[in-house]
Amino acid sequence: MSVAGSISSSARKGPIARALERFTINRIALVGLVILLCIVTAVLTYPLWWSYTPNQIDLRALNKGPSSAHWFGTDGVGRDVLARLMQGGRVSLLVAVTSVAISTVIGFLIGALSSFGGRVVDGAVMRFVDLAMTLPPVIFLLVLASIAGTGILPTILVISLLSWPVLSRMVRARLLELRERDFVVAARGMGAGLGHLLFRHGLPNCIDILVVYATLQIANAILLEAGLSFLGLGIAPPEASWGNMLNAARSTVVLEQYVWQWMFPGAALVLTVLAINFVGDGLRDAFDPRSDLH
Amino acid sequence: MREPLLSVRGLTKHFTSSGFSHGPVVRALDDISFEVPRGKVVGLVGESGSGKTTIGRSVLRLIEPTAGQIVFDGVDLTKLSASEMRRQRRRLQYIFQDPFGSLSPRMTIGQILMEGLDIQRIGSRAERGARAKKALQEVDLPADAFVRYPHEFSGGQRQRIGIARALVLEPELIVADEPVSALDVSIQAQIVNLLRSLQSRLGLTMLFISHDLAVVEYICDTVIVLYLGRIMEIAPSEVLYSDPRHPYTRALLSAIPSPEIGKASARQILKGDIPSPANPPSGCVFRTRCPHAIDQCAKTVPPLEEVAPGHVKACIRHDISG
Ligand SMILES: Nc1ncnc2c1ncn2[C@@H]1O[C@H](COP(=O)(O)OP(=O)(O)O)[C@@H](O)[C@H]1O
Ligand code: SF4
Ligand SMILES: [Mg+2]
Repeated sequence: MSVAGSISSSARKGPIARALERFTINRIALVGLVILLCIVTAVLTYPLWWSYTPNQIDLRALNKGPSSAHWFGTDGVGRDVLARLMQGGRVSLLVAVTSVAISTVIGFLIGALSSFGGRVVDGAVMRFVDLAMTLPPVIFLLVLASIAGTGILPTILVISLLSWPVLSRMVRARLLELRERDFVVAARGMGAGLGHLLFRHGLPNCIDILVVYATLQIANAILLEAGLSFLGLGIAPPEASWGNMLNAARSTVVLEQYVWQWMFPGAALVLTVLAINFVGDGLRDAFDPRSDLH
Repeated sequence: MREPLLSVRGLTKHFTSSGFSHGPVVRALDDISFEVPRGKVVGLVGESGSGKTTIGRSVLRLIEPTAGQIVFDGVDLTKLSASEMRRQRRRLQYIFQDPFGSLSPRMTIGQILMEGLDIQRIGSRAERGARAKKALQEVDLPADAFVRYPHEFSGGQRQRIGIARALVLEPELIVADEPVSALDVSIQAQIVNLLRSLQSRLGLTMLFISHDLAVVEYICDTVIVLYLGRIMEIAPSEVLYSDPRHPYTRALLSAIPSPEIGKASARQILKGDIPSPANPPSGCVFRTRCPHAIDQCAKTVPPLEEVAPGHVKACIRHDISG
């Protein structure tokens, strides 16, 4: 009886509701989600439960290891590592989420323009995307970063400009296929304009691509930010970010003797990226069209 | 006599392959002319690939014709600007062959039915809902279908939803593109009956497309027989079945299983395959399969000639009889 009940209730739901239902029975994805929520909560609420601020200098505690006063130790100028880790997490996540949001919007719009804009526009836009994709990403990133400069906004800009082409390709392929579907032809037959076609049909039918891309791309963006900041091109000190905290490990002394100064940001980075990947894989499976067939 | 609601004149459609390399040109339609009088049902019959869908979609300008005019209520639709066309669209609606592909899986039936009203900005939200519910009633579906998704319905029910969607905008002309071909035989009759009763009750004008002459006979006033993108014969329904003049129509009719014993022996099965529309035969396109073909058939394209009032055929031989 409970089986029959759950079948009829899932039959009532739309495709997105059914996909999310499938997500909730994926254990690994749920573990990822819980870890992620813990990290985000900790990062957002740390001023409430931690008394140090990220740039507060304690001259009596330089390069001190973990203790009851400084759980994660202090760095070379006496700043609390835990406070910097939390603040750095805020910056890293902010940069990642914002840049992915921007690149998702750009990717969707470019893909939409390409697929609905006619042959000439499509040809031109796709050559441009090809070009953007053939540029070696590291070099492109370094050139862009050195033009844009350091700081939160330039870093967001650089990361968002780097990552949209892949998405726009996927969106274009999906929309080209969608354009020929009868229900879209029906909408055109009723007089639908570009806006209606894109936002009532295109967007809902790309939601799986967008969600999975955005999730996995956040992990990527966190790593990109870390890479840029590690090279001194991303978030500049004294502002903390996981990337520029890792930068400290470039000194052999820190690497060998003050392990806590790079291990904690390193671990936070790895844990977050892994958790996001678990969630992203879970979403990808949940949105897999094949799972709707039975 | 009042002018026909729809008058198609010289409709021609050539599909060219996209890209830089120029592939073969598919001559899907060649010089198609016919009329659909107000309040009548005109059938369009032909084998798969003969260009029926291309005609249906060209009429609604869902496909841009290569040449020709689509005169709807005195206005040539092919000359309209995009925004003028958009305003006309509520007056012409389309019913699709595939009941699965024609409804968005991500929208509820209510959203699907109200979509046209949303697009055309007709009425308030409440009025749109009321009109959509009324359309649901017209096709005999329960009101609670409104909040459900298409995957919860059978093929026949979905086709009813597709019909309801076409009705919501209260169109004058409906193009029904093989509305029952994808359905179970047991359900086909229900849907055809529904269309017929809606047509007479609402005074609809309809272009009814089918590859099945038996279905067309039942619902249509006039039938157009299409072969490889050309019209072979046009006749009032009862005349076409009792007195077909074109060899192709005769072959099609003899392929319908007949209950009369004597007729079965006279069956004449079409031999060979339909030629490719990328490379149609010269002269009469039917000549490669026509049992009456003569040399002359390869030389001239047979014009449509009147054999009786309202009855035309495109065949140069007048000496053959069934
Ligand atoms: N978009 C298209 N591009 C190229 N050829 C097409 C296209 N649409 C239809 N055709 C060709 O035009 C011919 C007529 O097709 P169609 O109108 O769909 O026939 P029917 O509906 O009678 O089965 C077919 O040969 C088909 O392959
Ligand atoms: S014109 Fe010739 S080939 Fe064509 S239908 Fe008539 S007899 Fe047959
Ligand atoms: Mg067709």
